Amino acid sequence: MELTVGPNQFFWPAEKWSAFYRDLAEAPVDRVVLGELVCSKRLPFYQDCIPEALAALTEAGKEAVLTSLALVTLNRERKLTADLAAMGVTVEVNDLTALAHLPKGLGFHVGPLVNVYNEGTLAWLASLGAKRICLPPELPLASVETLARAGAGLGVAIEVWGHGRLPLAISGRCYHARLHKRTKDNCQFACEDDSDGLEVRTLDGQPFMAMNGVQTLSDSYACADYQIEALAAAGVAALRLSPQSQGFFRLCQTYRERLNGTSPAGTIASEVLRRLPGTRLSDGFLTGPSGVSWSAAPAIP
Amino acid sequence: MEIVCPAGTPAALRAAVKAGAHTVYCGFNDETNARNFPGLNFDREEMRMGVAFAHTHGAKVLVAINTFPRAGDQSIWHRAIDDARHSGADAIILADPGLLAYAARAHPDLRLHLSVQAAAANADIINFYAGTFGVKRVVLPRVLSVPEIAAINAETEVETEVFVFGGLCVMAEGRCSLSSYATGLSPNMNGVCSPASHVEYRDDNGALDAQLGGYTIHRVAKDEPAPYPTLCKGCFSAGSQTGHLFEDPVSLNAEQLIPQLQKAGVTALKIEGRQRSKSYVAQVVRNFRTAVDALEAGRPLPQGMLTRLSEGQAMTTGAYKKTWR
Repeated sequence: MELTVGPNQFFWPAEKWSAFYRDLAEAPVDRVVLGELVCSKRLPFYQDCIPEALAALTEAGKEAVLTSLALVTLNRERKLTADLAAMGVTVEVNDLTALAHLPKGLGFHVGPLVNVYNEGTLAWLASLGAKRICLPPELPLASVETLARAGAGLGVAIEVWGHGRLPLAISGRCYHARLHKRTKDNCQFACEDDSDGLEVRTLDGQPFMAMNGVQTLSDSYACADYQIEALAAAGVAALRLSPQSQGFFRLCQTYRERLNGTSPAGTIASEVLRRLPGTRLSDGFLTGPSGVSWSAAPAIP
Repeated sequence: MEIVCPAGTPAALRAAVKAGAHTVYCGFNDETNARNFPGLNFDREEMRMGVAFAHTHGAKVLVAINTFPRAGDQSIWHRAIDDARHSGADAIILADPGLLAYAARAHPDLRLHLSVQAAAANADIINFYAGTFGVKRVVLPRVLSVPEIAAINAETEVETEVFVFGGLCVMAEGRCSLSSYATGLSPNMNGVCSPASHVEYRDDNGALDAQLGGYTIHRVAKDEPAPYPTLCKGCFSAGSQTGHLFEDPVSLNAEQLIPQLQKAGVTALKIEGRQRSKSYVAQVVRNFRTAVDALEAGRPLPQGMLTRLSEGQAMTTGAYKKTWR
């Protein structure tokens, strides 16, 4: 199985952003998707760093891919989406709006924020030129198996969310701004202070979600550690690792070793918990009763 | 403008039609529609009868098949499309591109509407759906302001339908898995959000806690009314704040924006609430019909006509006003 690094979901300062992709060129991953997924207002801050990052990644032998925005409403966002195809790099479609702009016949990838739940939609996307589809994280293993089989017949590689906070929702409304009693238009980039999202707890103080501007993420970090053999058997072509500000390169190496068969199930989880104590892990969308469930957690008596 | 009303039962359909609905939308009683609640919706025979009743009274029926088919089980959804067609429905409302492709291929004469679950939020994607599948109308997601809706209408021939009353989805519809993260049941796959099967109320030292999937997201004094624990309208803490961080427990009411929505080129006004009683549906429909009839006749809009339906419940115009964001 290959490793794909998904687009950074958070708002990092340009320097940190650049350093991350510079370092990533050395990481044992096969593919890197970059660009702005969540909020078009963030892009101008690091836009000029993108060509350099693309060049470094390509030079290091990795496939570089540009993401489209997850929710396209404004004219500026439509134009950004339309301009993606002109960058000369494969585009990952994360809002179908991008399909309206991609030149016919040009292959593209589909990201986890597009609703590919079944063979019919997969086949339709393949007919338009989809070469790789990262399935929505919500799908159970049985659906992943069916879609990986369908993808194999259509020449579409199937990718699955492997690690990182799960993208649970996207809105027109900016929650970071709202928390600071501001509107989206006057957000003053409140999300910049939370490089992995801002923890959202329940009234019992239980960690539950994370807010990230207009996006809502899971509190838990999805972790495919215990599912890797099942995903490989299903014919999944790649796992997606979602950028986080702490320990990401080590995480890439740990996943690489697991995929190479040099470490057993449980290695990734125990290393994550050792290096970043307090991290909550989940893999429930694949096999559990709900997305937040964790297969390695002791069963509730 | 066309008033599009919800009908969760055959009785609600008849009530809506009699109360003046131009159009009624409903779904089959299974996972193919996004309001898959126990005791709701139509079996095949009820759908056929419902359509016949509406047509006799000059009203139209739209059938919502707006969940995303399960891999390996698409035939359930395909059959729903076939059956909607054979029931005489005036259009079907779809969200899944695979289903749109199927419907366009299998029933080229069937009118297709794009569900709000498709979250098509700009003219490019709407025109793309029209060009690819012949979609005639789009239900716009509740993330757009009135000027943005006007701009969309200026760039597309596809009719637009917007929500004016009822529940407010805070996240882009069709792209939210908060519910399945917490409960295992999802709007996209199962047609349910924050399902009642996972709701629990607990007495906690004189306070009443409302939990969803084991998460406490509301707490009120025992004698206060406890709101239904919908995830995005729950009470949470972040930073130093505790409150309704995503949205207050409010409903959408855009009745006073109807003239602006008309100027923005909107074709149809949609009322949410297939889980509501037939008397509620009839009352809301009557009021909205009065409003659009007044508008057509050049009379001023009746003021606050729906206040009594929203007793004790807060109202918002949501994203229609840009400051909401």
